[in-house]
Amino acid sequence: MILSFDGVYYTYHSQNGETEAVRNLSFGIEKGEFAAVIGPSGCGKTTILSLAAGLINPTGGKVERENVEFGYMLQRDALFPWRTVERNIYLPLEVKKRNTPEMREKAVALAEKYGLKDFLHKKPAQLSGGMRQRVALIRTLAAQPDILLLDEPFSALDYQTRLEVCDDVQGIIKGEHKTALLVTHDISEAIALSDKVIVLSSRPATLVAEHEITFGNGSPKIRRNCPEFAATFELLRRELGI
Amino acid sequence: MKNLNCSEEHLAYLKRKKIKAVMINAARVGILCALLGLWELCAQLKLIDPFVTSSPSRICATIGELYANGNLFYHIGVTLMETVAGFAIAAGLGYIVAVLLYMSDWARRIFEPYIVVLNSLPKIALGPLIIIWIGTGYSAIIFMTVLVAIIVCIMNTLTGFLSVDKTMLTLMKAMGAGKAQQLTKLVIPATLPSLINTLKIAVGLSWIGSIMGEYIVSRAGLGYLIVYGGQVFRLDLVMAATIILCALAGGMYGIIALIEKRLNK
Repeated sequence: MILSFDGVYYTYHSQNGETEAVRNLSFGIEKGEFAAVIGPSGCGKTTILSLAAGLINPTGGKVERENVEFGYMLQRDALFPWRTVERNIYLPLEVKKRNTPEMREKAVALAEKYGLKDFLHKKPAQLSGGMRQRVALIRTLAAQPDILLLDEPFSALDYQTRLEVCDDVQGIIKGEHKTALLVTHDISEAIALSDKVIVLSSRPATLVAEHEITFGNGSPKIRRNCPEFAATFELLRRELGI
Repeated sequence: MKNLNCSEEHLAYLKRKKIKAVMINAARVGILCALLGLWELCAQLKLIDPFVTSSPSRICATIGELYANGNLFYHIGVTLMETVAGFAIAAGLGYIVAVLLYMSDWARRIFEPYIVVLNSLPKIALGPLIIIWIGTGYSAIIFMTVLVAIIVCIMNTLTGFLSVDKTMLTLMKAMGAGKAQQLTKLVIPATLPSLINTLKIAVGLSWIGSIMGEYIVSRAGLGYLIVYGGQVFRLDLVMAATIILCALAGGMYGIIALIEKRLNK
């Protein structure tokens, strides 16, 4: 297990009282696995990513992670508009003080491998939404993280771009043999992309079910056309109580 | 310009745009000339009393006179020095204070009411204190200038810092960036455009500060000329100093605007 939640509880405190966000949650992710967490909106999915990355500590239980490094990809690309694509990709290297020529070279090679060669010296504003999200992914990968945490990275895109970027991102992550934990409220996205789907209840989030998705050959496009797709969709829908 | 392969229609569009720009500039200059002309004409025809209202020709003569006896650039120099020094100190110090307040949530919360009160206080009320504490030299006027401009510099800069995109901040935190890195990599570059706006406001306030300072206590400078001219009823001198002030303030604003253009390239 590269990452595991062991009976995790988490409670938020604010002026207006306390909110139990996560209750007795246990699950684990293997190295190289692409896992998706789905749940009703507002069920504390982002909290789970923050817990996984160690940005916040659980109120109870344990989050165990091997000595790994995390890369975070957010709902909005959050590219810095005053930096070129190339310098946006260097950002995590600068922050983590690993801005060596060697690391920069690797980052650029990655960008070129995934079709950003002609865009390196452009500003983000000159790119389409799909391209920007791809830059955001390469930026996340530049620091060579072991686990990628994806916080609904496609939800700000229009439907067509979303299908395209979704396949794109999954391809890149699989191609680089990274482990990924995706949180989303989109059932079909979760099924199409992941090896394992973790279903959560509404707040406080508890584990409802865990499914290994094995049909298709791992490509989202093929998976969407499999007969099992609709059945799995129905199953997850029922578990979510929609 | 690469307009070789564009359509007639596009050329016509470009031409219309250019004509519009020329017309606007012509109208600007035209209005100024018309006003000055009307003023001069009324004064020449004795429709208004040039002793009270002055006139463009008398203003020119006064400026010429100041130039001839070597006082023109002396007074301009004094006021300019006070204003630029006050502006630089207010902007620089204001920025540093804003950074410190941004870095510490505690400091920000604690000092907020003090800043609000200082902002609302009419700084001229401190005039007598400044004279007694600092004296009657240039430093008193520079101090007044800093006082007038700095609070707005601090408040505007801090507001800019605090309104930086939350997603970008989350991203920086998720990468493990500390406060210092958040500041240098994200907050400072992201607020560069709003910094220029703050500087533009500070330019105006610095002129208010330096002239106000010269009103209270001075032996030279454009503000001094205005006060002195008023006291001895030489309104030509008052007008001449005011016109020079307009030109200088416009020029200083222009420099900031030029810097802005450079940055936006």
